[in-house]
Amino acid sequence: MSIEHGVHHDGLHGDHHDAHHHGKFIAHHFDSAEQQFDAGKMGIWVFLVTEVLFFSGLFCAYILYRYHHPEIFVQAHHFLDKVLGAGNTIVLLFSSLTMALAVRASQLGQNRSVAIYVLITMVCASIFLGVKAVEYTHKWDMGIFVRSFFQYDDHHHAEGISRYLILASIVPGALLACFGGLALLGMTSKGGFEKAFWGGMAIMVLGYFIGVGGGMFYMGMSGGEHYTPTELHHDIGIFFSIYYCMTGLHAFHVIGGIIALAWIYYRSLACHWRPDYFGPVDNVGLYWHLVDLIWIFLFPLLYLIN
Amino acid sequence: MTTAHDSHDHGFAHPVSKKLLYGVFFALVLLTIITVVANDLPLGKLDLWVAMGIASIKAFLVMAFFMHMWWEKGINIVFFLSSVLFAVLFVGFLLLDTDSYKEDVEIFPVDLRPGATEVISPLKPVSETPH
Amino acid sequence: MSNPSLAQQYFGHAAQHNYLNVSKGWKSWAFTLDHKRIGVMYLIGVTFALLLAGVFALLLRAELFTPNKMFLSEAQYNQMFTLHGAIMVFAFIIPSIPAALGNFVLPMMLGAKDVAFPRLNLMSFYLWVIGTIFLVIAMITNSLDTGWTFYTPYSIRTSTGVVAATFGAFVLGFSSIFTGINFLVTVHTMRAPGMGWFQMPLFIWGLYATAIIQVLATPVLGITLLMLIAERLLHIGIFDPKYGGDPVLFQHFFWFYSHPAVYIMILPGMGVISELISVYSRKKIFGYSFIAFSSVAIAILGFLVWGHHMFTSGQSELVTLIFSAITFTVAIPSAVKVFNWLSTMYKGCIALVTPMLFAMSFIFLFGIGGLTGLFLATLRTDIHLHDTYFVVAHFHYVMVGGTLTALFGGLFHWWPKMFGRMYNELCGKITCLLVFVGFNVTFFPQFVMGSRGMPRRYARYDIEFEAFHQWSTIGAMILGVGVVIGFATLVYAAFRGPRCAGNPFGAATLEWQSSSPPSFHNFDHKVEFTSPYDFSTQVYDEELDSYVHRNFTAPAKPAVPVQPQSI
Repeated sequence: MSIEHGVHHDGLHGDHHDAHHHGKFIAHHFDSAEQQFDAGKMGIWVFLVTEVLFFSGLFCAYILYRYHHPEIFVQAHHFLDKVLGAGNTIVLLFSSLTMALAVRASQLGQNRSVAIYVLITMVCASIFLGVKAVEYTHKWDMGIFVRSFFQYDDHHHAEGISRYLILASIVPGALLACFGGLALLGMTSKGGFEKAFWGGMAIMVLGYFIGVGGGMFYMGMSGGEHYTPTELHHDIGIFFSIYYCMTGLHAFHVIGGIIALAWIYYRSLACHWRPDYFGPVDNVGLYWHLVDLIWIFLFPLLYLIN
Repeated sequence: MTTAHDSHDHGFAHPVSKKLLYGVFFALVLLTIITVVANDLPLGKLDLWVAMGIASIKAFLVMAFFMHMWWEKGINIVFFLSSVLFAVLFVGFLLLDTDSYKEDVEIFPVDLRPGATEVISPLKPVSETPH
Repeated sequence: MSNPSLAQQYFGHAAQHNYLNVSKGWKSWAFTLDHKRIGVMYLIGVTFALLLAGVFALLLRAELFTPNKMFLSEAQYNQMFTLHGAIMVFAFIIPSIPAALGNFVLPMMLGAKDVAFPRLNLMSFYLWVIGTIFLVIAMITNSLDTGWTFYTPYSIRTSTGVVAATFGAFVLGFSSIFTGINFLVTVHTMRAPGMGWFQMPLFIWGLYATAIIQVLATPVLGITLLMLIAERLLHIGIFDPKYGGDPVLFQHFFWFYSHPAVYIMILPGMGVISELISVYSRKKIFGYSFIAFSSVAIAILGFLVWGHHMFTSGQSELVTLIFSAITFTVAIPSAVKVFNWLSTMYKGCIALVTPMLFAMSFIFLFGIGGLTGLFLATLRTDIHLHDTYFVVAHFHYVMVGGTLTALFGGLFHWWPKMFGRMYNELCGKITCLLVFVGFNVTFFPQFVMGSRGMPRRYARYDIEFEAFHQWSTIGAMILGVGVVIGFATLVYAAFRGPRCAGNPFGAATLEWQSSSPPSFHNFDHKVEFTSPYDFSTQVYDEELDSYVHRNFTAPAKPAVPVQPQSI
């Protein structure tokens, strides 16, 4: 128990005039900042446990089908582009680095640095999603869907921009317009808080389009995948079922991560972090690293098969 | 590993040095490149294990340093690793079992299976099974 | 020694500000972060689910009164037993003791002001509401006829509302996970100063073991149900043999959660019983650490036995043998508990009041339920008994005879704490009698007809089973009446019962050191931490007609009402 530690006299702001020796962000049912921190930390670790087991079902399906039908997996991996996968891996690893730096900055109470690092993390997350959108829509163009809708059409050659990609970009486009507009409105107000927050959000969404642009540029350079199989296994669609389930669930976690990071970004701009109160940054960081961790395994399992 | 900490005390905050974080990142990028390159080498059956080995090293680096597990309380490490243990248990039992009924599942008549067979037929019929 | 006037001031009927009257209006309940109010809301919710699913059970039993059709068609019968099972399991039993009773009692037993994450706690409750609404939507729109297990490939083909129901169960799973995370962290980080792991009340150990299972097993249910939804909507070909999938895999996935979930249902009940037996025998619990460790052992072993639901599914012999053997070992920690409870009662000063009567019937019924489990763990006999009424009787002895009995025992025990009013002892005893008799009359004949080959889930049956079914139906009606009288007694007590002070039963766990009902912050004075089973610390105070801790001292200044925090 950490009760005897009491309150931390950090002397940063000298603002603990609270009668109950409680800082601004210490909930009433905790005795000290450290107890609150320990509880939050353990809570997020236990949550990560549930996340690992949540994904374990899909890994299980993957392992069993690969065990029974290695030929499907060898054939199907030709449809996935290693370079895009590896590029996305590095983008996520970099976002993990900036997240770790954000946590470090929050522990030192450097709110401005936290905001910058978290913004970079969010942009990377968006780039990841943009590249993923290019990969998905390219497959959809060729009729590569889940098992029951799988209708591979080798004769399809994408001319111009995929309709699916345009559809997938409607929401990010709308968000960009929205956030950009709010940022412009924020220009007029004093203090610059709105400008910084909505501007950051707009930059974050811009990341998606950077990802899309990069992905399409690469596709144009390499000509996309031109794998022409002579004979497709009749169950090859199961690989793509598993592929879409795993990467789709992972992408949902990335989106969830962006929302959590936006909250951290907001609170960084409001200068909430102090050496005795940085738990939320640390905890969202742990979640973000787990998202990265899962991708570290998904990448070789899905893209690198021989 | 206390050298990795900044020397000044912050209560329960233990900032990790920037140098360590950058180092870990570059190691991770290097390992990513290695795993992509290794994929093209003729490793045969070892291929999967090499890829998984490298992924495990990467996972260790992320967990130990980015996630601060190296300095984490024992109980939290036990919790987290137990999830991996239970996932392995789950997969392990399924792998033990799956062969025994595989044939029962796969005798589901192929001609009743919709989907890929018809689509691929313009290229080349998969099987002789009449439709 | 206690100071009577001060004790009166703190625990007396004037009982100042409590969590019920600290704020008013529906918003103060809907957005509350107080674990006590959330516990009460959960209690109301799970009672609703119990009554709803109970009505289905009575309809099923009524239909089975004769071998031929009375008022339910075969299809309606299938839907009814499915809804009975799904709502009972997901919306009632799993949250019943942990989320309703546990939410109220756990932080107070630890001497804490609240659970570690009050917002998560409230969210867990609302997820329960949403999940249950989805189950009810499935029920009233398209119904459901897969059985609560949603086995593929039938669940992919049937025209009933599988997607709504599985989504409901998925959301309920998250509700359960959040409760688990909260309790795990609360137990680890918020124990009262001086309370070590082995000074925790055994109810906490039960909830802790439950939380471990909730956290480790429930996510697998979540992903399984998501995959089932995807299979049904998109035919992803993982579980459906038509698309190259593996339906037995679904059973593995499902039972990886649902067997441990059986222990989510029973472990909190065992925790409640450990408290009741000790308090009403006025004797220190026998073998404290054995009971504590057996809870954790059951939680861990519970993960290694899921295949015993699949002995006839085509599972391999090796795996079948392993699962059978491990299943037998679960009997060891279960028996350890039963022996310890009996040893606690031995030469104790037993008060045969309602909670104790429930606890004793729990031991009896759980004994039968547990021992018949061994018949089912044995491979040979299981092949004969699989999917018969023997299985139905077995798990009802554990789930109803165990969990429902423990829930009732716990409710009668903590009711004076929750609402500051006493229930009618005679009505309580009648409830216990009706539940005990009705339950046995319902389910004992089912063992007999099951062993003679009556299959479960059949709407029509052979004439030779008629007498058994009729006994069973009569028993179910008695049980139904008992449950209704029980809840009526409790509800009446909550509003009109005679008031009582802090600790009418002389229990030594920390929650009894607060006033009844507790104040918003749980404790207005310094909590005296002593062993949870050392009853010599409790001194009877005639003026209060209640016990007070012998070291009780009031704080220097009287308690000030605190404004509750809201979201």
